[in-house]
Amino acid sequence: MAKENSKNTEVSEKEAKKKELIFFLSSSEEKESFLSKQNMKLLSDPLNDDNPITVQVLGICSALAITVQLQAAIVMSLAVMVVMAFSNMIISLMRNLIPSRIRIIVQLVVVAALVILVDQVLKAYAYDVSKQLSVFVGLIITNCIVMGRLEAFALGNGVYKSFLDGIGNAAGYGLILIIVAFFRELLGSGKLFGFEVLGHKGATLAESTGLYAFGYENNGLMLLAPMALIIVGIIIWVQRSRNRKLIEEA
Amino acid sequence: MKWIRQRLDKIKEPFSKGNKYEKFAPAINALDTFLFVPNHTTKKGAHVRDAVDLKRVMITVVLALVPALIFGMWNTGYQYLHQIQGEVGFWEAIGYGATKFLPMIVVSYAVGLGIEFAFAIMRGHEVNEGYLVTGLLIPMIMPIGIPLWMVAVSVVFAVVIGKEAFGGTGMNILNPALTARAFAFFAYPTYMSGNTVWVSEAGVIDGVSGETILGKLAAGTDVPYTSMDMFSGLIPGSISETSTICILAGALLLILTKVGSWRIIFSGFIGAACMALIFNWLGGAYFPDNDLMNFPWYNHLIVGGLAFGVVFMATDPVSAAQTFKGKWIYGFLIGLFAVMIRVFNPAYPEGIMLAILLMNVFAPTIDHFVIESNVKKRKKRVKAQVKTA
Repeated sequence: MAKENSKNTEVSEKEAKKKELIFFLSSSEEKESFLSKQNMKLLSDPLNDDNPITVQVLGICSALAITVQLQAAIVMSLAVMVVMAFSNMIISLMRNLIPSRIRIIVQLVVVAALVILVDQVLKAYAYDVSKQLSVFVGLIITNCIVMGRLEAFALGNGVYKSFLDGIGNAAGYGLILIIVAFFRELLGSGKLFGFEVLGHKGATLAESTGLYAFGYENNGLMLLAPMALIIVGIIIWVQRSRNRKLIEEA
Repeated sequence: MKWIRQRLDKIKEPFSKGNKYEKFAPAINALDTFLFVPNHTTKKGAHVRDAVDLKRVMITVVLALVPALIFGMWNTGYQYLHQIQGEVGFWEAIGYGATKFLPMIVVSYAVGLGIEFAFAIMRGHEVNEGYLVTGLLIPMIMPIGIPLWMVAVSVVFAVVIGKEAFGGTGMNILNPALTARAFAFFAYPTYMSGNTVWVSEAGVIDGVSGETILGKLAAGTDVPYTSMDMFSGLIPGSISETSTICILAGALLLILTKVGSWRIIFSGFIGAACMALIFNWLGGAYFPDNDLMNFPWYNHLIVGGLAFGVVFMATDPVSAAQTFKGKWIYGFLIGLFAVMIRVFNPAYPEGIMLAILLMNVFAPTIDHFVIESNVKKRKKRVKAQVKTA
């Protein structure tokens, strides 16, 4: 009798530990499959309904600064994705250990460490792009999206979910960055990824090819930061007119 | 008259409610009210009815623009032809100017009204008349050398981003015509500034010189024009802004019909004169080499787009300040900033455009403080009255 009892308690202890682990990782008691609907929503929501730039209006500054060229924008969004995914994960792992009074400092340390890593990798393997992005890689530390998601999500959710949230938000950010950079590079300098897709502009009309032969000119305003803001504004306009539930009640 | 009315009603039939083309009703209504005063009656409350509706107001502004428009057309031809052949006949100059200028007006109206009609149909509201003036102003403040497609792109930007994004006529923060010019100025700087765009063909034909006076001052070369030339407008520049006489004629009409605010016009000139006087004193005392600073203050008022901007753009009732006191402050600061930008930043010789756009942004703030101070004053008065009683 006593033996059976002890065995029972052992089993329940094991189960409790397992439950604790699940709770620790996913913050919910029920078991959830890795690709459940809820988890997928974490990935897809930031692309449209909960986009960090157009709906949460975070991270505007870098969207203005590094969207002159498509290549730089893509590298930047990848860098932000790496930083967000791992900082979300690490903070989520530590979320029960961090005293809430110093949580911002802890978050900053984690993010800064990751950003320095990313910066070093870029310098080692993509020096030209790294030079182009210059100070803006370092400024990911202060990117409001990173801190915003750490505060709003990673501190209260499991590791796996936080990881997905990081990836999703970075993808939403990257999507807008790439759209803006596409228009700015195409209309501002007539290129995509550095290739002259609209033809070559010569010194005179006769020497030009493609669209430039008809008198087309690049739009200088596209290269200035205000145009990035205007393009983001147009994206918000288009998005809200297609997705009516985003419109706030006046 | 009756016959036209009947014909119109017949044409309008398929556009009325419940019929085939109901969606396009705003378009046909716009044409209808263009010809006839609408016969709607108000349904609720007391309304003051007047013959002057938005359409008549806009037509008044267009009439006020006509002298400057005709002169601009003539001056375009004159500036070009007198460098080529010496003697220039009146009709010759007008004819040449018309071939250059009319296509710009047509493009501006076609593109702008096209967008206005499209938005009106999409949103189901009536077509607004605001574009009648804007569409005329845009080509008038462009240099003659600008390609037509650039005019079209600027118009698209001004109407869509400057106006429709905010909700259409009456809701815009910035003056749409100046938005178009600012867009063209920053997007295609080589076509909007420099010494080859102000006189037609100046870039193609050798020996035609076409620098504006402000451009010459910024570059430090001599100005071959007298003050009388600047006042009458026989100088290169954006198409219709050169002649101060014609602009003042328009201003008179605007003030007499109370369409434009005389407070803004006067305070604008006063502000520019004040700033120019300060610069004249500064330049005379400390910077004798700075041509822009030493440019006489009365010339600052009649050269460049200052007069045109102050009379026709700053008085735009939508984007200007609304309170009387606010209008004085608003106009004064426009003149002040216009001259300041001219002198301090020779890269932007036409300061009036940026000055008006800047003050458009601040107009609501000015109104806010004017009203607040008034509220405070009245509160104090009430307090004093209560005490004495």
